[in-house]
Amino acid sequence: MQTNRVKAPLVHLSRRDTLPLWHKAVIRLAAFILGMAVCGLVALLLIEKLRLDPSRMGEFYQSFIKGSFSTLARRWKFFKNVAVLLCIALALTPAFRMRFWNTGAEGQTLMGVLAAVAVNFYLGGKYTNGRVAWPDWSLLVLMFAASLIAGAVWGVIPALFKARWNTNETLFTLMMNYVATFFVSYCLIKWVPSGSSSLGKLSSGKLPTVFTGLGKSQYSDYLLIIILVGLVTALVYVYLNYSKHGYEISVVGESERTARYVGINVNKVIVRTMLLSGMLCGLAGWIIGAGLDRSVTTESVGGQGFTAIMVCWLAKFDPIMMILTSGLIIFLNLGADQISTTFDVSGAFPNVIIGIVLFFIIGSEFFINYKINFRKKETPSVTK
Amino acid sequence: MGPFIDFLVDSLGFGATFMYGSTGEIITEKAGHLNLGIPGVMCMGGAGGCLMINLCVKAGFPPFLIVLLGILGSFIMGVLMGLIYSFLTVTLRANQNVTGLALTTFGVGLMKVLMSDKKLVQATTYLVNPKNYFRFPFASRTDNLHTLGVMFFIAVIIAIGAGWLLYHTRTGLNLRSIGENPATADAAGINVIRYKYLATCIGSGISALGGLYYIIDYMCSQEAYLSLEAFGWLSIALVIFVLWKPHITIPGAFIFGVLFSCSSHIPNLLPFIKVTMAAKPLFKMLPYVFTIVVLIISSVRSRRENRPPKSLGISYFREER
Repeated sequence: MQTNRVKAPLVHLSRRDTLPLWHKAVIRLAAFILGMAVCGLVALLLIEKLRLDPSRMGEFYQSFIKGSFSTLARRWKFFKNVAVLLCIALALTPAFRMRFWNTGAEGQTLMGVLAAVAVNFYLGGKYTNGRVAWPDWSLLVLMFAASLIAGAVWGVIPALFKARWNTNETLFTLMMNYVATFFVSYCLIKWVPSGSSSLGKLSSGKLPTVFTGLGKSQYSDYLLIIILVGLVTALVYVYLNYSKHGYEISVVGESERTARYVGINVNKVIVRTMLLSGMLCGLAGWIIGAGLDRSVTTESVGGQGFTAIMVCWLAKFDPIMMILTSGLIIFLNLGADQISTTFDVSGAFPNVIIGIVLFFIIGSEFFINYKINFRKKETPSVTK
Repeated sequence: MGPFIDFLVDSLGFGATFMYGSTGEIITEKAGHLNLGIPGVMCMGGAGGCLMINLCVKAGFPPFLIVLLGILGSFIMGVLMGLIYSFLTVTLRANQNVTGLALTTFGVGLMKVLMSDKKLVQATTYLVNPKNYFRFPFASRTDNLHTLGVMFFIAVIIAIGAGWLLYHTRTGLNLRSIGENPATADAAGINVIRYKYLATCIGSGISALGGLYYIIDYMCSQEAYLSLEAFGWLSIALVIFVLWKPHITIPGAFIFGVLFSCSSHIPNLLPFIKVTMAAKPLFKMLPYVFTIVVLIISSVRSRRENRPPKSLGISYFREER
C-alpha cells in the first residue's frame, strides 16, 4: 500500500464578506503610514540635501502640514483644490458605479473649460452703443450652459457606441482625451495669432463677489466654488442612493443580464448616465474656466481627470468618502510641492509621493477584501 | 525624391518608439492585464537607460558594452515597474485601471526627478558619446538613413518575435487562453499566476526600451524626456489600432509615425500645400482619431479575433467561479 501525503497549500485565500468599519480604517491608516515611511526612504535617496543631512527628515514630514495649512492663503488654496478635484471625481462616480470605466474625465473637463472660455472670448468685453453687450452675469450663465453641453457631448459619444456596439469604453474615452487636448491647441492658435499661443486671463466673465470680509476678493470666488461643489456632492449622493435612476445604475453595474431581466433598458441607462457624468465634468470645467483661470491651455486640467479616477476608486464610489480621498491627494500634492521648493528638487516630486502612497493604499484593499488563511497544524490525510 | 525618403525614414524611426511600447503592452494585455502604466514604464525605461549609460561612460567601458548595458538597464527598470504593477494586480488583485494610472503618475514623476538631477544624469554624457554607437550600421552615412540604428532593428525583431511567440508556439497559445478565460486555462493545468507575472514584467521591459530609444536615439536631445509621456499613451492607442497583433505594430507604428510627423514634412514634400500653424494640432490629432475609428469598426464587425482579450481588466481569483 502506498501512502501519499496531500499537503494543504501554505496560504489559502478566501473572500471576506464584511469587515467592521474601524477595522477597515485601521488597515487603510496603516497602509498610509507605511506609504509615507517609504516616501521618506525614497526622498532620502533622491533628494541631495536630505542625503547630506538626514537630520532634516523631521522638516521633510513637517512640510506636508506646512504645505496645506500654514497660512491663510494656503488653507484657501487647499480647500479650493479639493473642491475642483472632488467635482471631477463626483462626475466619474455614476459611470463607475455602472462599471463604465470612464477614463476620459480629463478630456471632458477640458472641453468644459474650452467651451466656457470660448463663450467668454467671443462674447465678453464687446460693446454695443458704448454699453457692455453681455454683462458678466449673462456671460456666466451662457458659459455654464456651454460647459455642461460640451462635457456632456464629449462623454456621450463613447456611451452611444458602447450602448449600440459594445465598443470598449476604457480605450475610447482615453483616446478622446487627446483629441480634446489637440482641439484646444488648435483653438489657441486660432485665437492668439501672434504665435505665443497663450491666452491671457480674460477680463470679462468674473464671478460676482458674494462674500466680503474674507481678506482677498478671490477668496470669495473660492468659497462660492466650495459651496457649489458641496451642493453637488449632496445631490450626487442623493441621486445615487435614493433615486430610481441611482438604483438602475447599481443594477446595471452589478449585472447587465439581471438588469435586462427586470426590464431595465440598459442602453438607455448607459447613455443617460454618461450624459450626466460628462455634464458634471463640464461643470468642473466651468469652475476652472470661468471661476478660476478665465483662460485655457492644454494643461488647464493638468492630469486631474486621471487623479480623479483614483480618488473615486479609493472612496469606493461613495461621494461622501470622496471628500476625504480628494483631500488626501491634495494634501500630499501641496505638501510635496512645499518639499520640492524647500529641498530644491524637481517640481515633479509630488507625483512620486502620490504614486507611492497610492500603491500602498491600493495594495491594502487586498487585506480588506480577502482573508489569508495560513496552513493549520498538518492533518495527514491518507489516500490509496 | 530626397525629401520623400527623409519623410519615410523619419516616420519609421519615430514609429519604433511606439513599436516597443505597444509590443510590450500587447504581451501584457494578452495575459488579461490592461496596463495603463505604460507611459510611466516608458519614462522610467528612459531614465534607467540614461542612468546606466552615465555609469558606464564614467567607468570607461568600451562602446559595445555601453550600448548593451544601456539597453539592459532600461529593460531591468521596466521589469521592476512591471513587478510593482503585477504584484498589485495579480497577487493583490487590485483594480488594473487605478494601479496603472498610479504607476504612470509615479513613473513620470520619478523620471523627471531623476533626469533633472545633474549629479546623477548628465545630458552631455548620455547624449554625445553613445549616439554614434547606437546608430551602429549607418552612423557614418550622410543621408537621413543614419537616423536608423541598432535599437530600431531590435524593435522590428522584437515585434516579429512576439508575433511568432503568440501565434505559433504553445506558450503563446497558453498566454492567449489566459487572457480569454483564466479559469479555463487554470483548469487545463496552466500556471496562470506565473504566466501573468512573466507576461507583465517582460512586456513592461520591452515597453521601457521605447523610452530609451526615444531619448537617446530618435530625439537625441536634452528635452526629449519631457514629451515622452504623450507617446506612452499613443503606444496604448497603437495596441488597439493593430488589433492586438504584435507583428502588425510594424506597419501600424509606421502609419502613426507618418501621421504624427507629416505636419512638419508637408512643406518640403508638397510645397503647393500650405500648412498653417493651426493645422498642425489637427494633424497630430489624427493618430487618436484613427484609433477610435478602428476601435469602432472592430466592435461593429465584432469578429472574435479582432476583439480585445475577453478577461482584459478583470482580476482573476481562483476560488470565484
